Amino acid sequence: MNRETRFWTVLFLGGCLLLAFQSLRTERGVGQQFVVRVDATTGKIIPPAADASDNSAAAVKTVIYEPASKDDPEAIWSFSRTSGIWIAALLTLCVFSYLYRDNVCYKLAESIIVGVSAGYWIVTYYWEVLIAKVLLRLSPELARYAFLPDTPADAKADYLCIIPVVLGCMVFCRLIPKIAWMGRWPLAFVVGTTAGLKLILFLNADFVRQIRSTILPLVVFSATASGGSELDWKQSIQNIVIVISVLSCVTYFYFSVEHKGIVGRISRVGIWVLMISFGASFALTVMGRITLLTMRLQFLFDDWLGLVRI
Amino acid sequence: MTSPLLDKLNTLDRRWIFLSMALAVLSPILLQIGSDETPSPPTIKLFDEIERLPEGSRILMAMDFDPTSAAELYPMALSFTRHCCLRHHKLYFVTIWPTGKPMIESTIKAVIGADFGSGDRPYQYGVDYVNLGYLAGEAVAISQISSDIRKARPQDARGTSLDELPIMSGVISVKEMDLIVNASAGFPGGKEWVQYAATPQKVPIAVGCTGVQSTQLFPYYPDQLLGLVTGIRGAIEYETMLAAKYPNPYANRSKRPAFLRGGAQRWAHRLMIGLIVLGNGIHLANRYRRTTHP
Repeated sequence: MNRETRFWTVLFLGGCLLLAFQSLRTERGVGQQFVVRVDATTGKIIPPAADASDNSAAAVKTVIYEPASKDDPEAIWSFSRTSGIWIAALLTLCVFSYLYRDNVCYKLAESIIVGVSAGYWIVTYYWEVLIAKVLLRLSPELARYAFLPDTPADAKADYLCIIPVVLGCMVFCRLIPKIAWMGRWPLAFVVGTTAGLKLILFLNADFVRQIRSTILPLVVFSATASGGSELDWKQSIQNIVIVISVLSCVTYFYFSVEHKGIVGRISRVGIWVLMISFGASFALTVMGRITLLTMRLQFLFDDWLGLVRI
Repeated sequence: MTSPLLDKLNTLDRRWIFLSMALAVLSPILLQIGSDETPSPPTIKLFDEIERLPEGSRILMAMDFDPTSAAELYPMALSFTRHCCLRHHKLYFVTIWPTGKPMIESTIKAVIGADFGSGDRPYQYGVDYVNLGYLAGEAVAISQISSDIRKARPQDARGTSLDELPIMSGVISVKEMDLIVNASAGFPGGKEWVQYAATPQKVPIAVGCTGVQSTQLFPYYPDQLLGLVTGIRGAIEYETMLAAKYPNPYANRSKRPAFLRGGAQRWAHRLMIGLIVLGNGIHLANRYRRTTHP
């Protein structure tokens, strides 16, 4: 047995022993989830003893399952939620195993994420685009009958919707070499409309407004309680820093003049400003990643192992 | 010059650093060490605006995030929603991220379902809040609801026609909103809400964003953004203000998920600073060794 195999065997056995000890030690167990059955119409809890022979229970049309404590007398053990916690915990450990080295468990978790994400997106787009945006507009009656029963009876069809549908179908022409040229038309439409929309909104919201936000007074006076005014040095320094930073960064990206002499010195300040902003971005990224790690560890040690009780 | 310690540090396996980071994050979690933060002006401005708005004001809650960014944004979404419910504003939940749908449902369940679903003035679906669900079309969807919400989405997430919901009466577009509160994880998100809805329609907007995104959004503050809540630190700041204003029950640790993540954050940052200092120390020692003993 080489060093690597020994390490993994010890880690695996240690983990199994910890899980066994923890599930014996606590009443809650490891990752055990309990629920209560609630009548969705009345909001009342259905006792676990009620079965199909009970008329009141049989009359309930829609049942929802709400999370509950194990000590709750109405609570029942939930197989699906317990399995969910265990699968999530094991997949988290599979992903963490990459920190040791690349391995089959990590690859498995990665593949599951890709597959589940693709499935989720397909289902979402089917309901939100094909049904809600296409079928509902082309044939409200069919949409009401087959998919969306709450569609108003007086909803009218909007046949203009056929144009984007046809354009959408034309994208698939790229798969047939003889008519592949037709696939360029919808793309041209998308590029043209996006460019037009972006240009107008960008000019208004970013270009003009951002320039306006940079035109600042370098010396700021604020009103005092006695009715006079005094130098607001904090705001003044802030405004000076903003103006210098903007001008030096713009100079750095101005390539029509050689960066020598005064221009070179100003562009040097621009590099420093850029470096500071990259540093801030990197630090904030690290903060985000640590928060993600914290969330996963909270999940493992609280929801799964039950070692943390708030 | 021989230094066994320096040689050992030069060849240190990076997995020891991973382990030390795991311990730095795990210890505060197990010991329940949290962290409060002093609120910063961009966070205070959003809090004050929600306080200032008269009861029943219309607030569009755009939840544009997914499970991968929920660590930072979900605590923020909970705090924003709690605060709006405490002030009894009307809430319009919407997302332009397909993965944002479960985030809205989870927020509604955790806040309205748990704390505001019963009592003297319970929050009622369709009257006090509505889930408009997912709007397909990314940034174009924002542009569409800026002119006509019903064209972008004639039904809510439950399939009910918007015309049948009392909360939607008199609401045609984003223009009728008193405030847009956006929890943004990237594209499309805060930047697009500013460009496509808030600036052209002149509707006040505040964004809660991930740390990564904040440097892109700070240029919009304070002219185009009313407030900006940044990463987990911003979420802790907002929770701190909420706990100070409404101590019962929001000073309780169980209602403060960001606070509990703050302790781990603090210790991880201390470790990282220590590692940066150590790494630079090793680099300087190596340079000294090379120059004195070439």
